[in-house]
Parts: sequence; structure tokens; C-alpha cells
Amino acid sequence: MKAKITITLKTGVLDPQGKAIEGALGSLGFSGIENVRQGKFIELELAETNESKARAEVRSMCEKLLANTVIESYSIELA
Amino acid sequence: MKSAIILFPGINRERDMQRALTTITGIAPILVWHGDSELPKVDLAVIPGGFSYGDYLRCGAIAARSPIMKDVHAKAARGLKVLGVCNGFQILTEAGLLPGALLRNSELRFVCREVKLIVENAETFFTNRLAKGQVLRCPVAHGEGNYIADAETISRLEDGNRIVFRYAHDTNPNGAIGDIAGVMNEAGNVIGLMPHPENMIEPLHGATDCLPLFESLKVAA
Repeated sequence: MKAKITITLKTGVLDPQGKAIEGALGSLGFSGIENVRQGKFIELELAETNESKARAEVRSMCEKLLANTVIESYSIELA
Repeated sequence: MKSAIILFPGINRERDMQRALTTITGIAPILVWHGDSELPKVDLAVIPGGFSYGDYLRCGAIAARSPIMKDVHAKAARGLKVLGVCNGFQILTEAGLLPGALLRNSELRFVCREVKLIVENAETFFTNRLAKGQVLRCPVAHGEGNYIADAETISRLEDGNRIVFRYAHDTNPNGAIGDIAGVMNEAGNVIGLMPHPENMIEPLHGATDCLPLFESLKVAA
């Protein structure tokens, strides 16, 4: 089973990289961008085949290491 | 004052710290490898600056979960003094020993320059030889020193007099909230700061403003 984890800064935490990307897109002529948030993408190959077990395990990995929940939020997609 | 310096792969400021501690406290610190499971019997453990694990994942994230940190947690809970400088501060926040987090500098650039550092709490093991409000010249060298914590945490830090250092506002190098440069834990035995006081203690550094910080360690021992 594959786990795809997306980690972004929490809403309300200033994202200077997102802001810089927003500025660069604007200077390239792309208009109508209301907000840019930059994050991380982590893909795991898991031996576990049970979806709920895998989700619990990956959530624990996110809480303990993959995300810093003081500043980041994460979402998990299993496939 | 017996001290230990904890080494992680990618740490590169340990020799500056070693020199500062040896010169000022008169006792050479013991170097401890991150893979060890136990700290030697010391009064102070220092986590120096650098780029542990190449800043992979997040600055300090991997180092904060290495074997030696279990013992740092256990001994800090029993009162061991712990000092983290720069990457060491990042490691201590990632380890949950200090509140908040260090984000990318607001200008997105690595900043290597001198700042004015204000001593906000002069009653800690690292500041007892200074006066509250005293301003020190001190270098910084980091890309991710933008301190952040939620409003509740910040007010707990303010109320508990746990903001140990602030940048003079016009020298804030990274956009840190409230110009916060260094904080301590509730018990006052764990302190972390982004600037490098170990690089402002000898005439060849350009000034010796930060010498009293290290002299404070002797008083605290």
C-alpha cells in the first residue's frame, strides 16, 4: 500500500516561500492568484495492506516525525 | 562547571563552543556522540550550531529524535541545564524541550551578520552576570530563525518571564515574532537562542560582549 502525505504550514502561519512564489507568478503575468501555500510531499511504500491500520500508523508517523504540528498540518492519502 | 557538547552529523560549531567553555569555565567539555544512549555526569549539556542531518525534513527534526535525546529529556526533567545555540535551539524545539518553532527567515535569505541582543531575563543560568535590558553585540548565522508560537504560548512565555533574549527591533534578522531571539522552559533549566554568543567573547571576534553569558555558567554551577 502506498501512502501519500501532504504537509503544509498551518493556516495563520506566515509562509514566506508561498509569498515569494505568489510574487514571482504575478511578475510572470499570472493574475487572479489569491494565495499560495508551499508544502512538502512524502510518499511511503507500506507492507501493511489493511487500510485503517495503515492510516493509524502513518498518522502516528506524522505526529512523531514527519510533521511539526506546532506549525504544520498534514493530510494522508492511501492508495 | 562540568559540561558536555552533543554532536550530531552536520554540526559544525562545536569547536567554537568547546573553546568558549574550556576558556571560561576552565574545564574542557566532554564530547558526546548522538548515537550514545547516556550523557556523562555533567552540570550542563550544550547542543551547538550547525546543520544537523543537512537540515533534512526540518531543521533539527532528525537530530531531535536521535538516541541521546532520550537521556537529555530524562535528565532535563530532573534539572540538568541544557543550552541550545542556533541549530541547537531548533533541535530543542523539535524535541519538545522548548515551545514554539523556527521558520524560514522572513526575507528567505540566510543571514550572517551582527545583531543587538537585549537581555530580557537576567536571572537565568546563562544571564545572571548581566543586567535586564543590557544590550549585547552578537553575531547570527542562520536561514531559519524566525521564531513562532501560537498567541497562547507567547503570552505564557511573556507572563512567565521566559523570553530570555530579544533582538533590538531594528536588528531583528529573521522576522521572529516579538523580536524573540531566545526562550527558556518553564523550570528555567533549558535555554535556546538563535544567535552565536560563543563567537563574541574574544578580542579577535571584534568584541567580548557575550563573555558574561559564559561567566554566568560558573555562577550557576
